[in-house]
Amino acid sequence: MLHLSLFLIFGAICITGAINLLVQRHPINSALSLVVVMGSLAVEYLLLGAEFVAAVQVIVYAGAVMVLFVFVIMLLNAGEEEQTSGSRVAILFGIPGMIIGSVLLAWVLVARSGTGEVALGALPGSPRSIARLLFRDFLLPFEVTSVLVLIAIMGAVVLAARPEAVEHTKKEG
Amino acid sequence: MNVQTYIIVSLVKIVLTIFILLTAVAYSVWLERKVVGHMQNRWGPTRVGPFGLLQPLADGLKFIFKEDLTPPHVYKPLYIAAPMLAVVFALTSISVIPIGNAITVGKFSTPLQITDVNIGLLVVLGITSLGVYGVALAGWSSNSKYSLLGGLRASAQMVSYEISLGLSLIGVLILSGSLSLREIVLAQQGTYFGFIPRWFFFQGQCFAFFVYLTSAYAETNRIPFDLPEAETELVAGYHTEYSSMKFAMFFMAEYANMITVACLATILFFGGWLGPMFGPAWLQQTVLPVLYFIAKVFVFIFVYIWVRGTLPRFRYDQLMAFGWKYLLPLAIANLVITALIVALRS
Repeated sequence: MLHLSLFLIFGAICITGAINLLVQRHPINSALSLVVVMGSLAVEYLLLGAEFVAAVQVIVYAGAVMVLFVFVIMLLNAGEEEQTSGSRVAILFGIPGMIIGSVLLAWVLVARSGTGEVALGALPGSPRSIARLLFRDFLLPFEVTSVLVLIAIMGAVVLAARPEAVEHTKKEG
Repeated sequence: MNVQTYIIVSLVKIVLTIFILLTAVAYSVWLERKVVGHMQNRWGPTRVGPFGLLQPLADGLKFIFKEDLTPPHVYKPLYIAAPMLAVVFALTSISVIPIGNAITVGKFSTPLQITDVNIGLLVVLGITSLGVYGVALAGWSSNSKYSLLGGLRASAQMVSYEISLGLSLIGVLILSGSLSLREIVLAQQGTYFGFIPRWFFFQGQCFAFFVYLTSAYAETNRIPFDLPEAETELVAGYHTEYSSMKFAMFFMAEYANMITVACLATILFFGGWLGPMFGPAWLQQTVLPVLYFIAKVFVFIFVYIWVRGTLPRFRYDQLMAFGWKYLLPLAIANLVITALIVALRS
């Protein structure tokens, strides 16, 4: 009972944060609403028994990615955005589409897996089982992904570095 | 244990922990003023009470009664929320730190920490990684160039040093095989040759300890990494525009973070509450462990102050270069070597 009510409360916070993210006009308020979304998602993971994923969600998304977002907004000193009335196409197709999509998704999930409760620790969510999956069963995809990320980082560095800066470091080194 | 007792015991522990932590914060400030004073051939506080021991109380009263100025053109909601965020995250992160064995009274037994979770270390890291919002938002919402620069420096510095901080801890995790802080301490029991304790520091994690301590100083914005509040360049950095209790909140958050970092260093590298045991059972079970823990944390706080009294401040580019070019490779090397040794041993 406590479990379900906590789940519903944090689900509501999560959705409110997501709507607030769209409604707010100042980028920093939107970024902070996204932090709230991330935080309440972490709590939902925790309630589902995935304590490791919850902790990683907070450390990586709320603690690092969103800090960088806030950092960039601060650095650019972005001001208030203008509110547009939105496109008619989005209202005509977007809202019905969203409702149909979420109803379909909920229906499939309920029909496939039911709404039974899961005890904490019943499903594989501990660091040990995740590590088994990552470093034994799915080692190759995991390593390929890490190489992909490395390539992306190097690409970003090449694109961001100005030619004269590269020349400068060449002379120094 | 039924639900009512659980809730009551938890509430009592929370109130006690916050009370002890805030007292420790107040007296770390006193200790810092006293020690730095003596290092600089001054007396430090002497006027209020014997040895100036009531100085923290006087400071607290002064903070409460000072006028709370809000400069014009600040972004009010965040300007007010920022110090609260800083202090809330700083106080929350202590909740999973164990300071001793379980207390047993009759049939009833409870661990000496607010709650024992099996991902304790990740909880501490997660909460401290959120602490940067207090500093960054304070800098931005103050609408002043000094504050903004302080906030920018703080967020860049804390995100960079968090990586080497996290990596330096993985060696300990490999050796202990657990993320629970209580189990990490219990993995360090025993001695080598009867007198060298099997603390992780002596199990070859001394480089990791160096990386951890250095990154932790940067994470808590302490000298030699206190660029976010560098007085000579930025007036007071991110809290330039704050006064009265709001300023005090940042101050409390900084010292509470120092204490958390010292607790973590004690638990992860120096055996937590372990130490030579003697005397009757109640002494061995409860009193000595807590005393050992407090003594070790005190040593780390003293080292913090000592470093502050000794080292000058880095330049900003030196700070970034040091973090990325020296600490990070050192942490990775330590991780690889520890993993290799553990793999070869098993």
